[in-house]
Amino acid sequence: MKLTDSYFLTFGAILFSIGAVGLLVRRNVLVMFMCVELMLNAVNLTFVTFAKSLDDIRGQAIVFFVLVVAAAEVAVGLAIIVAIFRRRRGGATADDIDLLRG
Amino acid sequence: MAEVVIFFVMAAVALGAAISMVIARNPVHSALLLVTVLIAIAVMFLLQDAQLLAAVQIIVYAGAIVVLFLFVIMLLGVDKSESMHDPVRAQRPIAIVLGVIALVEVLVLGGRQWATGVSKGPGLNDGTGGNVERVARSLFTTYLWPFEITAILLIVAVVGGVVLARRSGLSPEAEYELERDDDHTTPSGPDDSNAGSTEEVTAP
Repeated sequence: MKLTDSYFLTFGAILFSIGAVGLLVRRNVLVMFMCVELMLNAVNLTFVTFAKSLDDIRGQAIVFFVLVVAAAEVAVGLAIIVAIFRRRRGGATADDIDLLRG
Repeated sequence: MAEVVIFFVMAAVALGAAISMVIARNPVHSALLLVTVLIAIAVMFLLQDAQLLAAVQIIVYAGAIVVLFLFVIMLLGVDKSESMHDPVRAQRPIAIVLGVIALVEVLVLGGRQWATGVSKGPGLNDGTGGNVERVARSLFTTYLWPFEITAILLIVAVVGGVVLARRSGLSPEAEYELERDDDHTTPSGPDDSNAGSTEEVTAP
């Protein structure tokens, strides 16, 4: 049995779908953020798989930019969550903060 | 053969952890299960000859991002009381059905259509040095300009995070009192000037 690219690509697609479903199903803002991270990682795995199958190093270079964007997103997103939770002490789910002003 | 075994073990671990992460009631458990998924993906990077990315994955994601998540969870207190009430009726079943449909679409289309292979960059084994050197050569020559822009992006993110998360110049006790008063008074009350002072941080 040989390990082909299809295994990795299928795995990445399944992982991405789990993240997408989790994002739609959960209400807790932190868990929703984790689901976004999961989806970004599935995409990273796909990039690396294509880098290997097409023999192109740029597929690995682009993953760095995805990592940077993910880190920036988490930093700003968590800061927003902290600010929101500080203003509403009773805890806040995604349904409670559907207005942009908090 | 060993590669196949490693792949399937890691895939099983990652899928189980990912599903548990979505289901888990406690956000701390979700964060720890996310680490499991990330490490499994790092092993898959190793299987795909991306040694540098496997190391970066563990350092940046498991070491920094998940720790940031855990800090925020600890700071805010664990909130387990996620309501099962759906504002949109049947939102959860619909979400699962949509996810399955999206997965099938990707698999069917990805199995047939290929839009890659247009241009050819440097290969995984071109030139001298190991994986680190080749990725670095690509990053610091071809992608130097985007690389510099990511530095600006990170600085903006750090400054934005500090501005958003900082307190409004009051002592913690005073601010807590102020926020508690805000919860009980109407928006037209005399505390409006105080409420405005906490808002003006985020306003511009």
